[in-house]
Amino acid sequence: MARHWQAGAAGLAVLGLTLTACSGAKVGDSTSAGAKSSGGRCGTFNLAVNPWIGYEADAAVVAYVAQHDLGCTVTKKDLKEEIAWQGFGTGEVDAVLENWGHDDLKKKYITSQKTAVEAGSTGNKGVIGWFVPPWLAKAHPDILDWKNLDTYADRFKTSESGGKGQLLDGDPSYVTNDAALVKNLKLNFKVVYAGSETALIQAFRTAEKNKQWMIGYFYEPQWFMSEVPLAKVNLPKYTTGCDTDAAKVACDYPLYDLDKIVSAQFAKSGSPAYGLVKNFHWTNDDQNTVARYIAQDKMSDDAAAKKWVDANRDKVDAWLK
Amino acid sequence: MAVAADATASVTPLRERASRPMVVAAVLAGWLVLFAVLRGRQTLTLAAADLTGLHRWLNDLNDSIGANRNSNPLFLYFFNEIRLAIDNLVTFVQSLISQPTGTRPVPQIGWLGVVGITGYVSWAVGNWRVALLAVAGFTFFGLQGLWQESMDTLALTLSAVLVALLIGIPLGVWAGLSDRFNRIMTPFLDFMQTMPTFVYLAPLTLIFLIGGASAVITTVIYAAPPAIRITAHAIRSVPETTVEAANSLGTTRLQQLVKVLLPMSRRTVVMGVNQTIMAALAMVTIAALIDAPGLGKTVVQALQSLDVGTAFNAGLAIVVMAIVLDRVTTAAAARTETARRTDARLLRWRRPLLAAGAIGLGFVIYVSHTYVWAAQFPGHGAVGSHIASAADTTTGWLQNHVSGLTNGLRNVLTNGLLNPFQTLLTDSPWWLVGIVLVALALVLGGRWAAVTGACCVGLLVGTGVWSDSMTTLASTAVATVLVMLLGVVFGVWMGRSALVDRVVRPTLDAAQVMPPFVYLVPFLALFGATRFTAIVAAVVYAAPVAIKIIADGVRNVPEATVEAATSAGCNTWQIITKVQLPMARSALTLATNQGLIYVLSMVVVGGLVGAGALGYDVVAGFSQGQLYGKGLAAGLAIVLLGVMFDRITQAAARRTRA
Repeated sequence: MARHWQAGAAGLAVLGLTLTACSGAKVGDSTSAGAKSSGGRCGTFNLAVNPWIGYEADAAVVAYVAQHDLGCTVTKKDLKEEIAWQGFGTGEVDAVLENWGHDDLKKKYITSQKTAVEAGSTGNKGVIGWFVPPWLAKAHPDILDWKNLDTYADRFKTSESGGKGQLLDGDPSYVTNDAALVKNLKLNFKVVYAGSETALIQAFRTAEKNKQWMIGYFYEPQWFMSEVPLAKVNLPKYTTGCDTDAAKVACDYPLYDLDKIVSAQFAKSGSPAYGLVKNFHWTNDDQNTVARYIAQDKMSDDAAAKKWVDANRDKVDAWLK
Repeated sequence: MAVAADATASVTPLRERASRPMVVAAVLAGWLVLFAVLRGRQTLTLAAADLTGLHRWLNDLNDSIGANRNSNPLFLYFFNEIRLAIDNLVTFVQSLISQPTGTRPVPQIGWLGVVGITGYVSWAVGNWRVALLAVAGFTFFGLQGLWQESMDTLALTLSAVLVALLIGIPLGVWAGLSDRFNRIMTPFLDFMQTMPTFVYLAPLTLIFLIGGASAVITTVIYAAPPAIRITAHAIRSVPETTVEAANSLGTTRLQQLVKVLLPMSRRTVVMGVNQTIMAALAMVTIAALIDAPGLGKTVVQALQSLDVGTAFNAGLAIVVMAIVLDRVTTAAAARTETARRTDARLLRWRRPLLAAGAIGLGFVIYVSHTYVWAAQFPGHGAVGSHIASAADTTTGWLQNHVSGLTNGLRNVLTNGLLNPFQTLLTDSPWWLVGIVLVALALVLGGRWAAVTGACCVGLLVGTGVWSDSMTTLASTAVATVLVMLLGVVFGVWMGRSALVDRVVRPTLDAAQVMPPFVYLVPFLALFGATRFTAIVAAVVYAAPVAIKIIADGVRNVPEATVEAATSAGCNTWQIITKVQLPMARSALTLATNQGLIYVLSMVVVGGLVGAGALGYDVVAGFSQGQLYGKGLAAGLAIVLLGVMFDRITQAAARRTRA
């Protein structure tokens, strides 16, 4: 009996030797190129990535440049806004690249806890508002004025809206006054909370495809707009200060100047990555291009960033000055 | 048959049983009448952005913890130490199998080594069949192009399971030995299992920072309770006579534990390990929300661009990992049983084989440490992209061809069942619903269930989210009814045919561990962002448990009874309705209990797809600072609903058995 397993062991050994003989490259041979990001002057750069594609595009490009031009070791952290800001204080997050207003968070972390500081505009303009699918805007152009919404309220009814028209909202972390707006504009609508961006986008996609009536909260810049170009409904014009009392808002959302926030520590560290974040500035078109690479062409973050950086070297160089 | 058995029993319980449904009907009728009169009064509604004093107080508490974290000694000397220890553990496991360390561009052990270890260990603790399954499964990760992601998930899961068992098994043994400790532990375990993770995710990152430690601790909170419960149950089920025999031999308490209780309960304890692993894998996508690396992240990111194919591919890897780990631990549990019975000759064979295997394994690990081809999985995951595009095609077809049908179904169920029921619950005065709940608890479960019910109703009012709780309760009840319908149909079918069981069971396993969002995107396309989508999601997750329990119950009906009924001329329908289902009654109540608890655990996921109410409150609390307190209160409300129904159904189950 014992001979059996001796034979087995010998067989294994022979097999092993054969494998070693035709082994190929060893781990640690200089063949594995990619890893040239050796700390250098920059060190580690902790970049928060908030969960929407536009932000992912910002982060992809900044991370790519920081890694390849500055030699930083970039650690991307996928976090929601609230948790990312919380990370400024604990030293786990260095920078947030696309902030949508969020005066509540600014007050808490910049003014009172003093763990974060502003780092200027990204150059992107954020639009928030109520949108309808393009077929609806084409079939009933007057729907794009809020005053006419009530005449169509019946058509927007769903199983969820309790007899009124349905206004669909998405992810609760996004800035919204919709409930107050509906109340103060005296519309015969009810805000229904889809609860996530995924649910909201899917709802718009279905509505456009099946020509269903739908109105909902949405925003730009957003990759989905290039798939289904939603049409914005005009609410009463925004004037400075018309939204100070959240309960009494009766005007459109302001145009958001999207900005960057960094941790106070990072701003003082003198890291070249801070310089990059501070100078990072591009247009909505730039962001949409990269976002499309990621969302529709299904490129990896790094490949998408490389493609854009190679085509826009002059812009990148300006950030590095 | 069942009727005959009843007739021989004493008369009093018969009368009681006959009158109970009538009392229930009377209570419900009274409710309807009062509802018609009092509709819309004292409903305790609270708008989405409104807060109560309790919610604000919870907000302030959360803020003060955040502000003081760097000066508080509790943080400096306690939480930070825990974080460091767990972080080190995770980093170590990751450096072994998933993450590059130092100047080394790949982990210490490459794919070949990991596959080798998995195969060897599965064979050593289980048998060669599960070893083959494990090797195939792990190779599949590589072919999917998800090797590193899978290993990150495996590293986190293993670390979490290790920590959960280190804490859970000693606590479980203690709870098994001491009734008092068991009573103290039970509410905590209920709390850990039903409190939605979203509620404590943000505070956890504040205490344990963003990173491996937080991810592991989140997972441990959810995964340790099964280990504790099942270990306690195992210790308790050791036959009294065995313990007494050991006592009469004069063993000490320690000897008794080590020599008698633990060895005799080993098989059940291994099942606890199994359940802990499954629970840990269920947390993969949630942990990804606080930057835990691995398959969960792939799923979450793919869904940002509604890329169902990629998400499905990663979800499938989680399912495969769950099935491999489940079958291996199940085989290990079976082995502890068979090992005692196998004869010595086979054992003599086993040792040298294991030794030879160990030598071969050492060699494979060395190769995978040294050579690139064995360290990094070759190829670009072509299988993965095929799977992704197939999933895309399928969901596309479904969305194009069945959405008319599904919308009809949704409208019928929502308008015919859900809306009236929800109106009844939310538009009745709160005290009326409270009285009805307590009365039902009294009739169905007895005095103690009624006391628990009254406490829970009181606390629910205290949370300030009463109206949302009632909305959630309505959806939960409808989902549970659907779960039980499916449970009975498929459970009976599977219980009566071993072949059906074998075909359906893997699907059930997959439905339980596939991250819900993967199938929710197509559901959203079919049903829209509605409460109904949330109900369907809950049914997909909860039905497998109910089906499995009912199938077990039907199978355990004694063969002789069924044969007797057959020979008495009963047809199949009569056998099912008159013999098998009535005799599996305790399985049915257990299935209702578990079905309800599982449905409740999907409330938060429901909040992400349009269910609103408590689920949305929790999600909003996780996303917005000002709503944190309200989210926490909503989480508590979910726990309270869970505890209330668990106690009532359990008490009812005890009564039907008595």
